[in-house]
Amino acid sequence: MSLQLEDPRIIEFDVRTDEMLVNMGPQHPSTHGVLRLLLKTDGEVIHEVTPHIGYLHRCAEKIGENLAPQQWIPYTDRMDYLAGMNMNLGWSLAVEKLVKMEVPEKAMVLRVAIAEMGRIASHLVGMGAYGLDLGSFSPFLYAFREREIILDLFEEVCGARLTYSYITIGGSTHDLPAQITIPPGLAALTGRSMSETLSWIDACRIFLDWLEKRIFEYHTLLTENQIFIRRTAALGIMSREMAIDFGCTGPVLRGSGVDHDLRRDGEPIYTRMYKGYDFDIPVAPFENAPPEVVLGDNWCRFYVRMREVNQAIRLVRQALDRYPKAEGTYRVPFKMATKLPRGEAYLETECPRGQMGFYVIGNDAAIPLRARAKSSSFCNLSVTGPLCAGCLIADIPAIVGSLDVVMGEIDR
Amino acid sequence: MTPADIHKTLVAKFGDKITGANLEAMDPWIEVAPAAIAEVAGFLKTESALAFDALNNLSGVDYFEPDAKKLAKFGHEPHVEVVYHLYSYTHRHSLVVKVKLPRWQGNQTGKLPDVPSVAAVWAIADWHEREAFDLVGINFTGHPNLRRILCAEDWEGHPLRKDYEFPLEYHGVRAR
Repeated sequence: MSLQLEDPRIIEFDVRTDEMLVNMGPQHPSTHGVLRLLLKTDGEVIHEVTPHIGYLHRCAEKIGENLAPQQWIPYTDRMDYLAGMNMNLGWSLAVEKLVKMEVPEKAMVLRVAIAEMGRIASHLVGMGAYGLDLGSFSPFLYAFREREIILDLFEEVCGARLTYSYITIGGSTHDLPAQITIPPGLAALTGRSMSETLSWIDACRIFLDWLEKRIFEYHTLLTENQIFIRRTAALGIMSREMAIDFGCTGPVLRGSGVDHDLRRDGEPIYTRMYKGYDFDIPVAPFENAPPEVVLGDNWCRFYVRMREVNQAIRLVRQALDRYPKAEGTYRVPFKMATKLPRGEAYLETECPRGQMGFYVIGNDAAIPLRARAKSSSFCNLSVTGPLCAGCLIADIPAIVGSLDVVMGEIDR
Repeated sequence: MTPADIHKTLVAKFGDKITGANLEAMDPWIEVAPAAIAEVAGFLKTESALAFDALNNLSGVDYFEPDAKKLAKFGHEPHVEVVYHLYSYTHRHSLVVKVKLPRWQGNQTGKLPDVPSVAAVWAIADWHEREAFDLVGINFTGHPNLRRILCAEDWEGHPLRKDYEFPLEYHGVRAR
């Protein structure tokens, strides 16, 4: 009896690699919060990505239906907690649109300065955390050093460092302080005396002058870094049509080459705030992009954010110049018991992460019948599935990170 | 195109499937019969003069007042609305489309009202409709994957309904 050996090559065909389910998150360092991605993989190649969200769900909309509009402002802070000021502004403007309220020029100038400072802070985190996703630690430290000073400045205006509730219906809760002690971080970085006192506006100007010179350092650390380019360029390519179809907005949309920014193209109640300001809207493709870069890839989305920081600096400077001369007060009173008229208003504003929409329905009562928050990160995240199919596991953090999502806003 | 022109175009095309409009409202809206919404949505997107290529927002609204004392002032018939906020990047105009549904299908409490899904027209509607199903309790027929998105899969009820009662406990954890 002789044993017949089969051709050993057949064994190779017999080894089949099954599809494997890999669970990424919800506590994964590169998922920007409690995002859980269920990956269906064949070896290293992703076949399907299913995002599971809702770990931070608080049903803020239900809470909004039981509170006066001012009382809901702290809840908007906790949605996009990296850009609380911009969220406060979005909700305040939506309610002002419903009650047909006009805020004075001074309040508008203040809002522009504060909202654009918030945008800088948010994009700094976006940049630093993206570097972290791709394994580069130092940009994160620089970004947080800079953001710290913005938080100190915000602390001087409203007392809070993360959840501000500063911009409110009719303007803001306080005026910009006339005299503050220089933020310690800013004093140390610019070589000034720690006990120096100056106006908030001057402190802000010193910071912007200092920050503007540093931005080229971030470009050398990340944007022009060959490793960074190899990890981001020609990956996660989103076409113009796909971006629009999936409701992507903000830097994600502009990274795909759609020239649309609500600060210029939005509704009058929002654009009049930005009237007369000189600023550009960075839109991909960029002339100075490395040759590997394709329109709508990770690198474009990242670079749009970096360029927006420069534009935000320009806007804050112009607003600070206007502020002392602006007419009116920083706030028009709006009583808690003010009845919201019957009717509805929907308003989108340009938050750092995209177009944040607030939908408010009034019904002749002090509390709204419906308060809806349409999250920009929610829409931006919905594209993950189609975007990640066919890429490698290691590219998932690079793609999801480039969308720059905040889970607090997605889950609400 | 102005909202009045859009309304005229839609009435000319769909006739009595366009059941109402308020063109003087702050955000002018057009009301569409529930059964025709997918068809109208497809037309709004593909017709070159309209070209509503983006669905900015889809919200469910529950018009209902559980408190009998406040009912006299409420001023709305009990119903559920689905509100679509559309925008066109080509023409830079916007439109609000509404669909009115009964709160419960056939007045049977707990039976969700049906409305055709528009997920085939705008990809983002997939997630927005899942959210509206989850929180407001609207059944989008023809949706590819109508599961809860924000609440847990085994959660009971739809929190944004005005008569929603919070559960006493969830998996042995006291919740109220």
